[in-house]
Amino acid sequence: MEILATALPALNDAWNMILQPIVLGYLLLGVVMGLAVGVFPGLGGIAGLSLVLPFMFGMEPVLGLALMIGMVAVVPTSDTFASVLMGIPGSSASQATVLDGFPLAKKGEAARALSAAFAASLFGGLVGACFLTFFILIARPIVLSFGLPEMLMITILGLSMVATLAGRIPLKGVAAAGLGLMVGTIGEGDAGGSLRMSSYDVPYLIDGLKLVIVGLGIFAVPEIVSLLRQDRAIAKGASLGGGWFDGLRDWFRNIWLSFRCSLIGVVVGVVPGLGGSVVDWIAYGHTVQTTKDKSNFGKGEVRGVIGPESSNNAKEGGGLVPTLLFGIPGSGSMAIFIGAVALLGSGDIEVGPAMLDHNLDMTYSIVWLLALANVFGTIICIMASGGIAKLTTIRFTYLAPFLFMLICFAAFQSGQSFEDLLALFAIGVIGIFLRRFEWSRPAFLIGFVLSNPVEKFANQAFQIASFRFRKGFEQGIDYIFSPIVIVLIILTVLSVFFGIRQAKTIMAEGDVRSGSKRAPLVFLMIIAGYLVFALLNANAIPDYNMTDKIVPLVVGGVSLACCLVLLVQMMFRKETDALFADKEVYGEDADAPHGLWSTLGWLAGLIAATYFVGYILALLGFLVVFLRVRAGAGWLKTFLLTATGIAFMCFMAGVLNRDFPPGLLQGMVQLPWPIGGA
Amino acid sequence: MTDSTFKRYALAGLLCVGVATPASAEVDFSGKTISWVIPFSETGGSAKWANFFAPLLSEALPGNPTVVVKFMPGAGSTKGANWFQHQKYVDGTLLFGTSGSTQFPYLLDDPRVRYEYKDWNPVMASGTGGVAYLNPEDGADFDGSANKLTDTDFIYGSQGATRLDLVPLLAWEMLGMKVEPVFGIKGRGDGRLMFERGEATIDYQTSSSFLKGSKELVDSGKATPMMTWGALDGDGNIVRDPTFPDMPSFKEVCEKTEGCETSGEVWDAWKAFFIAGFPSQKIAFLPAGTPQEVIDTYTAAFQKVADRPDFAEISAKRIGKYPLFIGEDAQAALNTAVSVPDEAKAYVKGWLKKSYGVDLK
Repeated sequence: MEILATALPALNDAWNMILQPIVLGYLLLGVVMGLAVGVFPGLGGIAGLSLVLPFMFGMEPVLGLALMIGMVAVVPTSDTFASVLMGIPGSSASQATVLDGFPLAKKGEAARALSAAFAASLFGGLVGACFLTFFILIARPIVLSFGLPEMLMITILGLSMVATLAGRIPLKGVAAAGLGLMVGTIGEGDAGGSLRMSSYDVPYLIDGLKLVIVGLGIFAVPEIVSLLRQDRAIAKGASLGGGWFDGLRDWFRNIWLSFRCSLIGVVVGVVPGLGGSVVDWIAYGHTVQTTKDKSNFGKGEVRGVIGPESSNNAKEGGGLVPTLLFGIPGSGSMAIFIGAVALLGSGDIEVGPAMLDHNLDMTYSIVWLLALANVFGTIICIMASGGIAKLTTIRFTYLAPFLFMLICFAAFQSGQSFEDLLALFAIGVIGIFLRRFEWSRPAFLIGFVLSNPVEKFANQAFQIASFRFRKGFEQGIDYIFSPIVIVLIILTVLSVFFGIRQAKTIMAEGDVRSGSKRAPLVFLMIIAGYLVFALLNANAIPDYNMTDKIVPLVVGGVSLACCLVLLVQMMFRKETDALFADKEVYGEDADAPHGLWSTLGWLAGLIAATYFVGYILALLGFLVVFLRVRAGAGWLKTFLLTATGIAFMCFMAGVLNRDFPPGLLQGMVQLPWPIGGA
Repeated sequence: MTDSTFKRYALAGLLCVGVATPASAEVDFSGKTISWVIPFSETGGSAKWANFFAPLLSEALPGNPTVVVKFMPGAGSTKGANWFQHQKYVDGTLLFGTSGSTQFPYLLDDPRVRYEYKDWNPVMASGTGGVAYLNPEDGADFDGSANKLTDTDFIYGSQGATRLDLVPLLAWEMLGMKVEPVFGIKGRGDGRLMFERGEATIDYQTSSSFLKGSKELVDSGKATPMMTWGALDGDGNIVRDPTFPDMPSFKEVCEKTEGCETSGEVWDAWKAFFIAGFPSQKIAFLPAGTPQEVIDTYTAAFQKVADRPDFAEISAKRIGKYPLFIGEDAQAALNTAVSVPDEAKAYVKGWLKKSYGVDLK
């Protein structure tokens, strides 16, 4: 009752603040800008916020908040377009959506998938806001009860989703996740600063690989290359079935799933330090486990879209709790948001512990502006989805060059160096082979995403636990086995148990037959070889930096053991066994008119040309040659498409103050923008 | 963002400045865009700092150019600083901002450092202070000295021994306290959260973060303030931090604590790194070879910002109540920040190796 007495008047004030035409106008402006930025993969809310930051100084607080929140709120909504239509995960919020969204688009049901996703997003956003309105008043002690052991267990719960997504051969899934974890440890150790699989001579690797690049390489590159080889439209037969209204109906039929996943989103989003990277995988795992007929997952199950999409918008709301209550940003865009709030008005609003006491009305305005922005954004997106879905009926050869253009640009934005493009290509090749030999790509990505949290939380929790144990056994046990940890352990065990039983029915890569032994065996040997090398490398780290070597040693050892068992199995089993799954033996890839390497060569060509003449000139050449030679387009069509592509790139980069990769040429002569690289 | 961005502006600059005003010493930035490059991500303290000054600088510079803050994170800011080292003066539309995290690797001869502070032209420097605090239980044993704290084991959430955390870790060690750092946290905010959860038992925050987040803990009895790192007076002496006049400085606590010396090798080393990390923490630079009139233009502009009648008020909340060093003063601040005696460097390197196994090679 006491809570209500404080909450209701503040809530009333907040609504009075929000419901003014000018505030709603700014919110709408922010939403439109956010949607425009969000459809561009790899940029996300940070690019958009940086754009409006210069105008924040001294701005009327509620207007500035409306503009910024409008923008931040809709990015996880609009990046659904790229993940469903093109199979490109635009941000960490849309990785799980790709798994079933893109297959739906391939079935010609893009509009259905999109509108189901948007409805789920909207619902998630609203559930999040309602929950937060009350939760935020009592959240502080609850958030503080999530210490390092609890965070470690949530991360492990996220990792346990690998069991569900491991594919037909569980050992291969575990090895794939292990490989992802190992790739995630590349670079400078967080704790001791030792270098893993990198050296000071290659500065690029010291910071480790970026999620955007790994996401694009693992999911987008293999799909683009595969579709391009088959030379068809994304939607098979270039026909569209399942309109946007079907998607809404699908969502409504699964409203309880959507509700549960929204709650998962809010709750995990509330815990600071996890940054929401595990949310959609936990939601996806939950969706799989609560679906009776699991045979359609990975092939276009609409529930697989609804689950993660419900959780990722709810997560944005949950992420507000650490941001507003503790002044600790839950994500990169939230960090800029905090900085920007300090610039607003006369600087009275200070994000942090004082926020609830002094600015409860402002806090509620933020929560509900977020919800309203979701409503605006979703309505716009649903209206647009029918039209945009038509993209999937275009012959893919006309889309592919532009997708290559987009993913290269997106990859470059993550580190702003040429090596970003090389890394994209290298990870892309890994992705292609993981897909070909049916090694679970989601498992690899989950491993990569959770690599840093697992290592960090494990080391820190271990250190603090041993500190407590020195004080007394009981103190140590109380610290490690808190009630929350015990609940999480039970959930993890259940999830692994049921996950393994279900994994066999989920064939994320579709029907893959087996053929000869040689190719799968060679790939296994290469992976084992990398693991051995990484193990030796980690072992060379001096023992006083144990924190930097223990996780690579343990994970690498387990993965290598999996590989060795697989190797033995391969020796004794017949070549028709599922163990030797190979997409090049039978199916779309095997029958494709174009070869793998000649198709991948186009991307390599674009990257190599960029190295010499910079991105824009390389792109010019690439588009013209590709459209003429591969697509067989006439000169007029080639000219128009090339001009459109380049103009679009220049416009986006110019407006967002982004740069293009420069080449050797730009290092020698000064050229005007945009050819000059920048 | 790269040299090519720079070239874009460079070329525009050559066309405008080179042709239009070759003879005049008046610098005019009408219609131009100043890029203020920060070698950190959009989310850090340096971003906040530059974003605060950017619009003010835009108003104060002749011709009111647009000032955009650009980010070039990587390798703990050494990537951006190495890049800046290669930039030559073109038309004054490039500004670079460094922080303590850029200065420490430079002072410790980190192998990634390929930049030389002395080549650059500082135009503005600003500082901060820091406050250390304890959990209330152990805080009861704090009597202005650390004499009763030497038997307690403390745990501290740290970003790394070679970062700004070097200053508190060395200070606590000088006081004879046993502080065990838990490395690998991402920012001081995470450290405070660890303290609030009771996992860490000692913490420090920069002044503005202390006021924003930790003062609340002190007021509600969940934390006991211990000391500030102090501030520098005009003669280079450490005095009480003006933001916290009631709190003793580390120097005072050290004087009262048995075995802690405020002179000699160790003290000199601590003081040198304190100065590099706090009173002249963030510095804005123009590239090597910038003509004096451009430096003067920027100096005047920053002076104009500092002279705004509302400056004290708007800056207190956003960057803290610390003096702004402009022009000559910025040069002096830089000199104190980067001229650490060799003995001090050698001592700190030896201490890092001995205590944390850090070997910067």
